[in-house]
Amino acid sequence: MRRPGARAVWALHLAVILLLLGLQVVVPPFHQIMLARIMVLAVYAIGYNVLLGYAGLMSLGHAMLFASGMYATGLTILYFGVGAGAAFGLGVLASAVMATALGLVTLRASRVSFLIVTMMFSQAFYLATLYFNEITMGDQGFIISGQLAPLRAGGREFAFSDPAVKYNLALVVFALCLMLSVWLTRSPIGRVLVGVRENEERTRLLGYNPLSYKLLALIASGTIAGASGSLYTLMFSYVGSSFASILYSIYPLLWTLLGGTGTTLGPLLGTALMTYVVDIASGLTSSYLLLVGATLLILIMWFPAGVMGGIRTRWARWLP
Amino acid sequence: MEHVSEGTRVASEKISRRAAIKAAGALVGAGIVGGVGGFSPAASVSRAAAQPARTPIKIGFQVHRTGIGAVYGRWYERTATAAATLINEMGGIAGRPIQLVPEDDGTDPRRGAEVVEKLAVHHKVDFIYGTLFSHVVIASAPRAGELKIPYFVVSEGYHVASGKLNRYVFQPGITDVRAQVTGISGWLVKNLGKKITMIFPDYAFGYDHRDFLGRAVPALGGTIQARLAIPPTETSFSKYFARVPADTEVLYHVMVGPGVLTFVKEMGEHFGARRPQIFGFIDSLEGVDLASPGLEYLEGTHFWEAFPRYAGGYPTPHERFYRDRVGVNDAGASVRDPKDVSTYSHMFGCWETLFVIKQAVEQSGYRDPTPKDYRALIETLEEVQWFNEGIQHPQGPKKFVGQIHQSFGQQFISKVENRRLKVVHRTKIEDSLYPPEADYRKQPL
Repeated sequence: MRRPGARAVWALHLAVILLLLGLQVVVPPFHQIMLARIMVLAVYAIGYNVLLGYAGLMSLGHAMLFASGMYATGLTILYFGVGAGAAFGLGVLASAVMATALGLVTLRASRVSFLIVTMMFSQAFYLATLYFNEITMGDQGFIISGQLAPLRAGGREFAFSDPAVKYNLALVVFALCLMLSVWLTRSPIGRVLVGVRENEERTRLLGYNPLSYKLLALIASGTIAGASGSLYTLMFSYVGSSFASILYSIYPLLWTLLGGTGTTLGPLLGTALMTYVVDIASGLTSSYLLLVGATLLILIMWFPAGVMGGIRTRWARWLP
Repeated sequence: MEHVSEGTRVASEKISRRAAIKAAGALVGAGIVGGVGGFSPAASVSRAAAQPARTPIKIGFQVHRTGIGAVYGRWYERTATAAATLINEMGGIAGRPIQLVPEDDGTDPRRGAEVVEKLAVHHKVDFIYGTLFSHVVIASAPRAGELKIPYFVVSEGYHVASGKLNRYVFQPGITDVRAQVTGISGWLVKNLGKKITMIFPDYAFGYDHRDFLGRAVPALGGTIQARLAIPPTETSFSKYFARVPADTEVLYHVMVGPGVLTFVKEMGEHFGARRPQIFGFIDSLEGVDLASPGLEYLEGTHFWEAFPRYAGGYPTPHERFYRDRVGVNDAGASVRDPKDVSTYSHMFGCWETLFVIKQAVEQSGYRDPTPKDYRALIETLEEVQWFNEGIQHPQGPKKFVGQIHQSFGQQFISKVENRRLKVVHRTKIEDSLYPPEADYRKQPL
């Protein structure tokens, strides 16, 4: 029997996707591009939220997983000329493998130790992208726009340079990842993850193996993050080591905290808010990071659990 | 809301005949009107004064106001603003004033691509220009190509000339690293020594030096004794100096970033008075006062400069005019704040590139950001072979190779004497030339 509110939950998320589908025909071209980028990065935040919001594990190593997807996709296109679909699949696979390896090593640690160990591995990955610069082109990076063949479907070709293709590609991947996260959080697995987050010992006493569930969450989180990195490469044609730097581990943390940890729509909202605040503030002053910081502080004061977390607490407790 | 620079405010004012004649008179009086190419500001002013006010040409300025490139960005913006102000005083571009539309990219590749989109799609600028850092250029260039908007960079990286980017990307205002290295290598081997050890940062900028000096020196009868790559996170350099072969005659360094003071200090501690000849690229010390404590050990060493920081290094009226207009004193610092040292060897590229845009617009008949007008502008620019020395190109004449969208200019070698840089050699343009390895003209528009 379905839990109360299940229909409303699915309807809400479907409505968000339909809203995004419709927005592309009403917003000006610049905002269409912005929204496409936001959706790609929101996928990254969704992945991060699976680990932080539901398993309660705060990682500073996700840049490694995001960049694994980027590099696997970019390098296979650059050196082997593989098609976009296969390159995307390889990007997702690479990040899943990296997440598994990371989890097997780091999940013995918890809380702050986990944070630090994941950061160390991610920094090692970042330095490796610099060290093997003859392959990765180091911090300068490389572009794939000349090597990437257009997508073919239904006898038609879709060029990645087409803004509509970018937007709808981002929307498809975003919609899939959003629905996957909704399903995951409402599934028995998701319930166990919440149990692990709230009280790991009690969950163990109930017969579950917390380590296995945390590993599962990390693999799901890393795979989704890698899908985002891979898609970013296909859409914007660039891969560089800056995407493996610690900043790209901090970004999804900020987006998730701002939008609301442990909420399915929080990552999208947080990513959109941060992206637009940075864009607007940088047009007003060169000290825009100060404005961004002040905005974040105000939002956190009003919504300590993030925007969607605040809405859930105050007005809609049924929100996942 | 558009953030409008000082140059923009000048642009927005209607240029009076009196102001225009005054500007032209100042130039004529200074004896620097024109240049080899026959450019005549007075004529431009007359045309502009005779025409009614027209819609401005909007030039998106992708600037590193924050992030690691902020020191360069500050001076790039001042230089671009000074050039825009001058062009507007001279009557604008094809009688239309310039409006600079600056956007900070944070010296970040992702934000760089976003800024290109914002300038092209939101601000609807005619052209985008001004980017310096290689990773920002490389990340932004594909978006400029997809949006089909000409993108003029002032980066000095080899990425434009390598053919890796696209037909919309040009670098007409500054010589690339490969050409710089090729240009100075002959003097280096002949005057300082044949056995060279290289110390360079372990990322893109360093690799261009590693690869191209590594090719040039053996061809001149010299040898690269060792190539020491230093990770960007390194804070101590003594262990690298210990790996410098004992028979090294020249230590070639291109260290950049905040660690440069430590680098120099530890170099002095390691080698002391019995040091090899030392040759560096001024990139390490752009924005840094050579009289800063800790840099004493550089006395007597040599540096590459693209444009001599200290007045008198290249004493032409054009250089003097440019220096005064940008607001740089004889020691290479701001006239308002002598502690604010400029990035003199790079920022002239912003000045010159803006004049290249002016020339390309006026010669091609460009009017609107349409595919037809862009095609005319790009094809016109690709046909240009020389940019003549003058107030538009104060650093010197430049050979432009349309195949690779890259300019080649003279370079300078200076020696540190009394904590100042004194020019000891000026290369010829021919010293820097290399065969093009790409042809952008074959790419469709």
